[in-house]
Amino acid sequence: MTTSETATRSADTPAQAPLLRIQNVAKSFGKNVVLRDISLDVAEGEFLTILGESGSGKTTLLRIIAGFESASAGEVWMGEERLDRQPPYRRRVNTVFQHYALFPHLTVEQNVAYGLRVARRPEAEIASRVAEALEKVKMSAHAKSKPSKISGGQQQRIALARALVNRPRLLLLDEPLSALDANLRRQMQVELKSLQREVGISFIFVTHDQEEAMVMSDRIALLRSGELEQVATPREIYKRPATAYTAQFIGHTNLLKGEVQGGVVRCASLTWTAALPNGPALFSLRPESVRLALGNALPAESVRVSGKVRHQAFHGATELIRVECSDGLVLVVRTSGSSGRLDDVELEFSPADAVLVRESPERT
Amino acid sequence: MFSRTYKAAVTLPPLVWVTVFLLMPYLLMFCYSFWSVSASQTIIHSWTLDNYRQLLRVDVYWQTLLRSMWIAARVTIFSLLLGYPLAYFLSLYAGKKKDLLYQLVIIPLWVSYLVRAYAWKTILGSDGVLNTLLQYVHLTKHPLEFLLYSPFAVVLTLTHIYTPFTFLPIYAALEHIPRNLVEASHDLGATPGQTFWKVIFPLSIPGVLAGATFAFVLSLGDFLAPLLLGGPSGIMISNIVVSLFGAAFNWPLGAAISLCMLALVVSLLFFSERLEKKWSFS
Repeated sequence: MTTSETATRSADTPAQAPLLRIQNVAKSFGKNVVLRDISLDVAEGEFLTILGESGSGKTTLLRIIAGFESASAGEVWMGEERLDRQPPYRRRVNTVFQHYALFPHLTVEQNVAYGLRVARRPEAEIASRVAEALEKVKMSAHAKSKPSKISGGQQQRIALARALVNRPRLLLLDEPLSALDANLRRQMQVELKSLQREVGISFIFVTHDQEEAMVMSDRIALLRSGELEQVATPREIYKRPATAYTAQFIGHTNLLKGEVQGGVVRCASLTWTAALPNGPALFSLRPESVRLALGNALPAESVRVSGKVRHQAFHGATELIRVECSDGLVLVVRTSGSSGRLDDVELEFSPADAVLVRESPERT
Repeated sequence: MFSRTYKAAVTLPPLVWVTVFLLMPYLLMFCYSFWSVSASQTIIHSWTLDNYRQLLRVDVYWQTLLRSMWIAARVTIFSLLLGYPLAYFLSLYAGKKKDLLYQLVIIPLWVSYLVRAYAWKTILGSDGVLNTLLQYVHLTKHPLEFLLYSPFAVVLTLTHIYTPFTFLPIYAALEHIPRNLVEASHDLGATPGQTFWKVIFPLSIPGVLAGATFAFVLSLGDFLAPLLLGGPSGIMISNIVVSLFGAAFNWPLGAAISLCMLALVVSLLFFSERLEKKWSFS
């Protein structure tokens, strides 16, 4: 498999068979259950992000794929090959480690050449592929440096080059940007994403940063306490969160606890119609779905409520305001950042924007 | 940050200590090595290079020095061969038993050196444990004489005594290798063997050098093991120094030999430190 062959595949075309198939994987360390029944497919050329808080098991899942941990149950398949029975050095998977794990006794160039050397490739091929890989991450000038002599961002690029030079079918990235400062981090997010498009290799990217996940991923797998909460595209996971946890973890939201009675939702003083079965229901309402009703004509079905502004936080392009309604209900509203000081406001939103979500029960 | 008085108060005592108990004796020894002894056994305080000439001219001195270095070299090699795999296993594979095994390696250090040397005497002697056993199972008819009072006995005993000293720095070096480097190596397709030779071993070299220096320097200057177990063929240079300062009453010659050894050891420490620096990356 060469780079040019894979580069022609677009990340958007669904592959017939997934590149990687994780089936019912579970992991526990003694009594401590870290992963429960994880099933997940990764398509050829896909950028999949495993998103979760610390302790959610995301790194463990990555380490199971790489082969540094063995699953307590379940299987990992790459095509026709049972991956989880192979030692890590036989898997056609490479990893970019959180702290880069560059070999301190080798130069940048020797680090990048490592995988090709142990595979006993001819020296001429090693030289040209290493040069090409360093070129790709714009680090050719530092080829002869020792890792300790280059900056964190540069080490990051070398770690990437060292993995990609082996042309793996799948690249695993364990919070590779977490050690970089904010500006460099944003820059690397863009670079990493365009690099992934260019080489066409599937990436599994682990992060705890939801914004990073949104910016970079084709799909996000949200992990919570060792279980998959939702797997979807960034747009879908934001617009249609399946659970209260997802809605809160990805962006801001208002969680409205209501009661459905005969197709009518009642939530504090708010009411709207929805074709839902009777019983308690939980809704996620994004702050930007709530608008200030400034006396203009509104669609008939919109829900209206008035309240007092308790807090205003200026974010530049937008402003987040907390509004306490007369019945004690608090709504967070995102407005364009030019509202000025607000006091008594009238709010309105469309019932269609209140997304029904499942409760997320406490897990230990 | 600290007042001058405070700085003086903490630096002065060690300086005085080092001057009185280290520099002065060395200076004295240096002077002695250029003096001589009269026939009536008094020290003649006039400068001469005779002691150093004698050192080169009399076979027994430089031959013993060479033999001592050869013994020390063997002790170094054997204790590295024993200490490295032990440290490697403990650091990378011992898991939960790590602490216990570590203690088991350290405990022999609590036992007096003399006791351990005598223990080997009991094991290796003509009526010793080993010979009795060999004859009991009819592998030998007579006690094996070469076991005790030989360079073999000295090398064996010193190896036993100094293996923990090589083990410790190697173990420390291995413990300092970030485990994600080992994982990175496997991840890049290197087998455990390749990983050892390309990552683990190079990164443990400072520990190996430190351990080797310990074993070599300590066994080069040893005089108890050759005294108790060496016999005539197992004499080492320190035994000669001891007798020159004692029964032979030739302090100047003794001082000259000591200074040569000191020069040897210091240059060795110097080179091993430079090498260690070259191979450390933290």
